[in-house]
Amino acid sequence: MPNRKTILNGIGLLFFLLLPPVTQIFGQEYLLSLFSRILIYGLAAASLDLILGYGGMVSLGHAVFMGVGGYSVGILAFHSYESSPILSWPFVLAGTENALLAWPFAVLVAGIFGLITGAICLRTKGMHFIMITLAFAQMAYYFFVSLTKFGGSDGLSLYNRNTLPGIDLGSDVLFYYLCLAVLVIFLIVAHRLAGSHFGRVVSACRENEQRVQVLGFASYRYKLACYTFSAAAAGLAGALLVNQSEFISPGIMHWTKSGELMVMVLLGGMGTLVGPVLGAATLLLMEDILAMYTEHWMIILGPFLIIVVLFAKRGLYGLLTETGGNNG
Amino acid sequence: MAETLLQTKGLCKRFGALQVCRNLDLNITSGELHALIGPNGAGKTTAMNLITGLLTPDSGVLFFNGRDITNISVHKRALLGLARAFQVTSLFNDFSVRENLMLAVQAQQRTGFRFWTNATRDRKLMTSADEYVERMGLTERATVLAGALSHGERRQLEMGMALATKPAMLLLDEPMAGLGPGGTLKLCELIEELKGEVTILLVEHDTQAVFALADRISVLVQGEVVATDSPQLIKQNSLVQEAYLGGS
Repeated sequence: MPNRKTILNGIGLLFFLLLPPVTQIFGQEYLLSLFSRILIYGLAAASLDLILGYGGMVSLGHAVFMGVGGYSVGILAFHSYESSPILSWPFVLAGTENALLAWPFAVLVAGIFGLITGAICLRTKGMHFIMITLAFAQMAYYFFVSLTKFGGSDGLSLYNRNTLPGIDLGSDVLFYYLCLAVLVIFLIVAHRLAGSHFGRVVSACRENEQRVQVLGFASYRYKLACYTFSAAAAGLAGALLVNQSEFISPGIMHWTKSGELMVMVLLGGMGTLVGPVLGAATLLLMEDILAMYTEHWMIILGPFLIIVVLFAKRGLYGLLTETGGNNG
Repeated sequence: MAETLLQTKGLCKRFGALQVCRNLDLNITSGELHALIGPNGAGKTTAMNLITGLLTPDSGVLFFNGRDITNISVHKRALLGLARAFQVTSLFNDFSVRENLMLAVQAQQRTGFRFWTNATRDRKLMTSADEYVERMGLTERATVLAGALSHGERRQLEMGMALATKPAMLLLDEPMAGLGPGGTLKLCELIEELKGEVTILLVEHDTQAVFALADRISVLVQGEVVATDSPQLIKQNSLVQEAYLGGS
């Protein structure tokens, strides 16, 4: 018998699947671009949930991985337009607009960046971890601001989206469906990962890392693997986002963006994976709708967020899926 | 003579001005139940932490199974066969009783880096964990979250977790603390059962239990071992009576 979670996830998937034809019928195609962004931010927030909700690692620098992934795609495209190589030594790295090359490259770069920074950050805990992830985020932010070749703080524009054999990414509908497919695949993989042997150890680290070590697990390695995977996934979200908006600037990796991702996770429900997608949808939609009425939309959003975080332990997703008899 | 399983030589540990361990020498023979007693603040828990690796000694060496483990990390010592049950029970409260034990079994089977197999539906893991669920007398509570257990049940689970890693040596840090007479009796029976199967280092305040269970007792006073002997001889030792048993 399907439980509430399955039903809710099914409704959500159906909604996203049916959205493009419905918007076409009503002539509201501009909504597609908003919902593509919701899917992409949903992916980024769900990847943050892996380390925040499951691993208990409170990172204030997650948007950096989006930025690194996004800039990887942007810089590859930039060099493709100029037909100049990015690197000519020790090996030749040419620019490309092919998504099959650029996107895995973005994932790889973000993953490596996650592995290196994670190896340092994870030597600390608690408040120190928050501060050191923030420090790395600000370093990366100012690094890209200083890259005047790629637009500095003004950012970098793409002439058009990457190319993918067989699929026209320039079509908003197809691009939307691609984002949806990527998100769904990520959620399935992440769900398997969270429930796996590996995932159990990571969850246990959140509760009592010392105990995990005394049992005989090298907790550091588990946390680092989780952090790296999460960073790589955020890199993919960044690659998608650059393609969606055909633009990237250092603003994407400002620490306030990392804060927004964290808000999405908390709003939607920590440790639920699907919840953060719901959180991303809620935050971006409220922002969009409230901004029509007042420029001070944060005055309304702020209290709403506080109420949700105070009264719903597992966020909006928890409110929707948990029945009256809540036993944690 | 039976061989030595754990040996500490001249372990010293200082916290600021407080010297908690001074030249701690312990020899624990394979198969015995060795008790460590001493007044409050004698450094018993510190000794446990030094052995587990949660603290590093300022000086001195540790040998386990003839191997120098002084500079080996916590998780590697655990894999060598050192298991610990904590004084302040530290369980995974969001995990059920069975899931707690499954994690311990996973540590022993070294299957932590499996990324795809669903752990909660792993039959092999579950059967091994259920062995300990049963052994600890928690069968009816298997699906209850650890956070919702009673104090006594938590102590039982804590012991089960340590056992599930199939250790060569079990460190028990005040397992009877806070238990009623019934709980103490139950735990004593459990420890009695384990005797011989696994080497045990027991830190305990309940002297009655200690004298009933232990093969040998070491008395710790101000971070130093003042005597190591059989329970009968320890009882008669004047130095011990003066320092610890209050001359009674």
